[in-house]
Amino acid sequence: MTVLVPTSLAEALEAVSAHPDAAVLAGGTDLMVEVNERRREVSDVVVVNRVPELRTWRHDPASATLFLGAGVTWTEVEADPIAGWVPALAQAARTVGSPQIRHAGTVGGNLGTCSPAGDGLPPLAALDATVHLVSAGGTRDVPFAEFMTGPKRNVLLHGELIAGVTLPVVSGWQGYTKVGVRNAMVIATASVALVADDVAQSVRVALGSVGPVILRCPEAEEFAAGEVDFGQRRVADAAVAEFARLAAAAARPIDDHRSTAAYRRHAVGVLAARLLRRAFPNG
Amino acid sequence: MAEHYTLHVNGTAREVRDAGTGESLLFVLRERLGLMGTKGACEQGECGSCSVLVDGQLVCGCLVLAASAVGQRIVTIEGVAPVGAPTDVQQAFVDAGAVQCGFCTPGLIMATHSLLDRSPQPSELEIREELSGNICRCTGYGRIIEAVQRVAVARSTAAAGGPSA
Ligand SMILES: Cc1cc2nc3c(=O)[nH]c(=O)nc-3n(C[C@H](O)[C@H](O)[C@H](O)COP(=O)(O)OP(=O)(O)OC[C@H]3O[C@@H](n4cnc5c(N)ncnc54)[C@H](O)[C@@H]3O)c2cc1C
Repeated sequence: MTVLVPTSLAEALEAVSAHPDAAVLAGGTDLMVEVNERRREVSDVVVVNRVPELRTWRHDPASATLFLGAGVTWTEVEADPIAGWVPALAQAARTVGSPQIRHAGTVGGNLGTCSPAGDGLPPLAALDATVHLVSAGGTRDVPFAEFMTGPKRNVLLHGELIAGVTLPVVSGWQGYTKVGVRNAMVIATASVALVADDVAQSVRVALGSVGPVILRCPEAEEFAAGEVDFGQRRVADAAVAEFARLAAAAARPIDDHRSTAAYRRHAVGVLAARLLRRAFPNG
Repeated sequence: MAEHYTLHVNGTAREVRDAGTGESLLFVLRERLGLMGTKGACEQGECGSCSVLVDGQLVCGCLVLAASAVGQRIVTIEGVAPVGAPTDVQQAFVDAGAVQCGFCTPGLIMATHSLLDRSPQPSELEIREELSGNICRCTGYGRIIEAVQRVAVARSTAAAGGPSA
């Protein structure tokens, strides 16, 4: 086995283009589980967690955007200053695994794995994140909705790396919430991210763990935008209930070893209602 | 498939020879370097018994590809204090009765040092959250939390120039 530990993006791209079948390793919190369980044999490994370009983030006030390098860890995302710019993603970060997992696990690893239960993904979907991919041949930018194509499937090609994501810094309340079998260290059985955009006067909602990909809820979003008072942060109880019903209707859950479809759909409604009420606390 | 590399463990350069494909840091520490203090149980990052510091970050040794840690500073439970001279955290675990079977203790000691370095006066909720990656099947956690609180109090008393407990 060859383990390459590049220390610049150029070196990393050279490594993945010379070894297109190499496993790309960031924090290892998904990949090493597979290796330990012998579900995956690794021969060549390109370690990307010491590439400075991937470990950086950049806030651009002029365009009101935040670039997060793929190698930014959940520990970094859950704390200020990043948490202040993308609170929904920070809340999701705080629910990932345990401190040990968050110290190692990265945004890029969550995208690479692309589990429907990946906690980072609903906030990225609700924020309309752009995923930046890079290879020796050049770069391409893919909207998150096109990046994830199925459970643990995405458009990443061999020889390509995830460079990072760009997120809008939105003014308005945003949050993320999930249910699982316990409080700490739990995979979501259902999760919801909600972003209220006070300027565009829109409400964006994305669901995790209740479909093959992260699901947006166009009907619930449109309904909410028409019902809420952005200035007074007001929404009627009846509107919250209808919003919850529409969000639950957008879910495409399945029965599996973690939960039932019926419970997941119910949970989506509860979580969506909770988030909308937090965003617009006045009745 | 044989790999040779050097790891920096507890301040010492350690040669690893003829290592196999995909070996975790946990495996290499125990089976190749004879450092048995770091425990292995779940090997999927859930139990925290393999907690070590890599470049100052608390991580699960089972999820670190050993060969990827070349050039990084690794600290294991053997590196926190010399034998016979326990740290305040280790002593507090003994005093508070936070050690029963002892299997989770090395990981919890590493996690507690990491927590108190970052947050010297943690609330109980913070302690519970910060130690949520370390599973103990004996104590029910009450005495572990008490041990952490004892250290926090003793350190702040000492820092304020008061009597050390
Ligand atoms: C105990 C435990 C608890 C967990 N709890 C949660 C949880 O609550 N929520 C959650 O969402 N996840 C959880 N996870 C999963 C995991 O921690 C996250 O998905 C994390 O974000 C993965 O990041 P990583 O850097 O460790 O990925 P790695 O394991 O290093 O990589 C994961 C995948 O992404 C690819 N990849 C990584 N970086 C790049 C890059 N820059 N370019 C191209 N491909 C790349 C890798 O090739 C691999 O296929 C948990 C894992 C464990 C072990």
